Amino acid sequence: MNIRRRLLIPALAVGAASVLATEPAFAQTVPTQWRFLTFGVFAAIIALTMYVTYVAAKRVKTTADFYAAGGGVSGLQNGWAIAGDYLSAASFLGIAGLISLYGYDGFMYSVGWLVAYITVLLVIAEPCRNIGKYTLGDILAFRNNPKTVKAFMAVSTITVSTFYLTAQMVGGGVLVKTLIGIDYEYSVIAVGVLMLGYVIFGGMVATTWVQIIKAILLVLASLVMVFLVWSQYGFGGPEYFQQVIGDPKIQARVGGLLGDAARTMSPQELGQRFLEPGLYLKSPIDQISLGMALVLGTAGMPHILMRFFTVPTAKQARISVIWAMAIIGGFYVLTLFLGTGAAMLVGPTTIIAADPGGNMAAPLLAQFLGGGPDSMLGNLMLSFVAAVAFATIVAVVAGLVLAAASAMSHDIWVGIVKGEHATDAEERRAARICTLIVGALAIVIGILAQGQNVAHLVALAFAVAASANLPVVLLTLYWKRCNTGGVVAGLVVGTLTAIGLVLVSPNMTYPLQVKAVQQKIIDAQTPRIAKVNADIAAASDPAAQDKLKKDLAAAQKAKSGAEAALAKVGTGTTSLVGLEKPLFELRNPGLISIPIGFLAVLIGSLLYRDRRAEEMWDELYVRSNTGIGRAAAAAH
Amino acid sequence: MATINWAAIDSTPRFRELHDRKTRFLWGLMAFSVVYYFLLPIGAGYFTDLYKVKVWGPVNIGLLFALSQFLLAWGIAYFYARRASQFDEMAEKIARDADATGGRK
Repeated sequence: MNIRRRLLIPALAVGAASVLATEPAFAQTVPTQWRFLTFGVFAAIIALTMYVTYVAAKRVKTTADFYAAGGGVSGLQNGWAIAGDYLSAASFLGIAGLISLYGYDGFMYSVGWLVAYITVLLVIAEPCRNIGKYTLGDILAFRNNPKTVKAFMAVSTITVSTFYLTAQMVGGGVLVKTLIGIDYEYSVIAVGVLMLGYVIFGGMVATTWVQIIKAILLVLASLVMVFLVWSQYGFGGPEYFQQVIGDPKIQARVGGLLGDAARTMSPQELGQRFLEPGLYLKSPIDQISLGMALVLGTAGMPHILMRFFTVPTAKQARISVIWAMAIIGGFYVLTLFLGTGAAMLVGPTTIIAADPGGNMAAPLLAQFLGGGPDSMLGNLMLSFVAAVAFATIVAVVAGLVLAAASAMSHDIWVGIVKGEHATDAEERRAARICTLIVGALAIVIGILAQGQNVAHLVALAFAVAASANLPVVLLTLYWKRCNTGGVVAGLVVGTLTAIGLVLVSPNMTYPLQVKAVQQKIIDAQTPRIAKVNADIAAASDPAAQDKLKKDLAAAQKAKSGAEAALAKVGTGTTSLVGLEKPLFELRNPGLISIPIGFLAVLIGSLLYRDRRAEEMWDELYVRSNTGIGRAAAAAH
Repeated sequence: MATINWAAIDSTPRFRELHDRKTRFLWGLMAFSVVYYFLLPIGAGYFTDLYKVKVWGPVNIGLLFALSQFLLAWGIAYFYARRASQFDEMAEKIARDADATGGRK
């Protein structure tokens, strides 16, 4: 208990302040005397990735090496790299956190992230590898007007990557700041500069290896933690979950979430409720909409699809997805134990105190398992998990920047500006310059977006990928009538619908609604404070007075919190796009925008006549199914 | 490569057979897995009481159903990998024929 109290005191001092808020006195998770461990572990992991980059840089001799590691990555390696690319901080720290705070719903949320790979495996990976070269634009350019589709696809790639990138940079900055206590701006710059080092010098070769190393470290750390958690509960199946539902901290958490409804429930029932749906995801329609964006969006993510250009054959592309599914799925199953373990051993209150979103669940669990905040081993384990989280962000950002930079250099500069006439050396230089531009932008956006709520940007990136990228790639590969008109219509309509629906959705801040909510709190607390003050004056018993004073402090804190929130909203009355309340009730637009994206491709293709697209169909379809014509690239 | 007659390959019985078998297999599996996945959030939203039925200690149907999604995804991957080696063989033959006689103009 001692351990928990020590953690709680600095954390309570900051109250429920969001991690995203700019609190200078944020609770630092690693005590100062153990800070050297953190630096040591970080230095070791960074040194390892630097060495890999150094070796990789010598292997990057051609443009194909830079964009696609020369097609020389094996299926197994690529599987690990996909897992490394995909298991971002959001899924590594975020899902463990959701499970630790909301139980079943957090676990259910993780399922969609794996099922997404069935789409990638069955209909996307192999044709992409057979048809594509370096970018999504290459796939579309095969049978459509190359300049037109490359221009639109490049814009879409950069849009999706930027949304995802911003979320990663902000999340990364906050995480590094929380874990090792350096300023947010320096954290963002550190992530950006390191990533630029990998990509500019080592291209896809270094990016791939950084992702592989990071994925292996992540899986190792999780395995060790799950082993340690499980060993405390005797390695049982139902016995383990019996402990979960019997845990007083979990029961208290569920009681807090359910409020009045929990009054008639026994502690055992409250614990059992943790393993049942509905604590976090309140709207099934929204959940289904998010599921659609995940299951179809992953297959339209430029940085994921780009990984299939790095393998020599379609068969290796398939093998890489199967490995990725084994690793990613296995990781999410482990996460169930990390999440429930953190809930039992660290406790939801402590996890929320460190970060209201639950992102600190896995790092705090590591610290606890090693012996707590006062022990060397505990802090070593925390530092290790923190370093893995840091490597995660750098690796994911590297993949995203490479995808965006390739679209810029290969599709826009070489494909459109230079009309495909650029020498290998020129293109490689362009790719590096574009990487620098995108990387610098990422750092600037990351710093500017400090304090903004960027969590929904990841969902938006998946929604755009599912509504614009996937329909055009899928129909180009599988529908004979698909053509340039359809591709342009699909990309424009799909992207704008997804973004537009989010702009008018409850994700945005609506000052009037915020004011109404906060005003209600102030209105409720003001008479309460007056009443408690009167009671204190009337009370004679010192014990009763103490209790009332605590009530008073709580009421005053709630009121001042609401007043601060009210002040933050300012005098505005409308959201970013001038709305007083949301026009569209879903937080995730996929349910509407994905069908609209597909429809736009269909209508656009039927309205636009393009003989070349139809003439090229036989070639595309035969190549996509047999790999004829791609052997030369593989032999490289 | 420019000399390959793609339309000719496309119309060979061998390629048609590959196309038919692959299309049926892949889209069938795809449809099945999508339906199976969406049953999870739909069930959680509208059949909550069913999810709460305990079957193995505190482990309930909802938890088992979520876990089964992982097993199904892995099962599909394994099943597809095995079937795909047949597709690979067929594709390889088509590619060899294209190099030899069939596909050339």
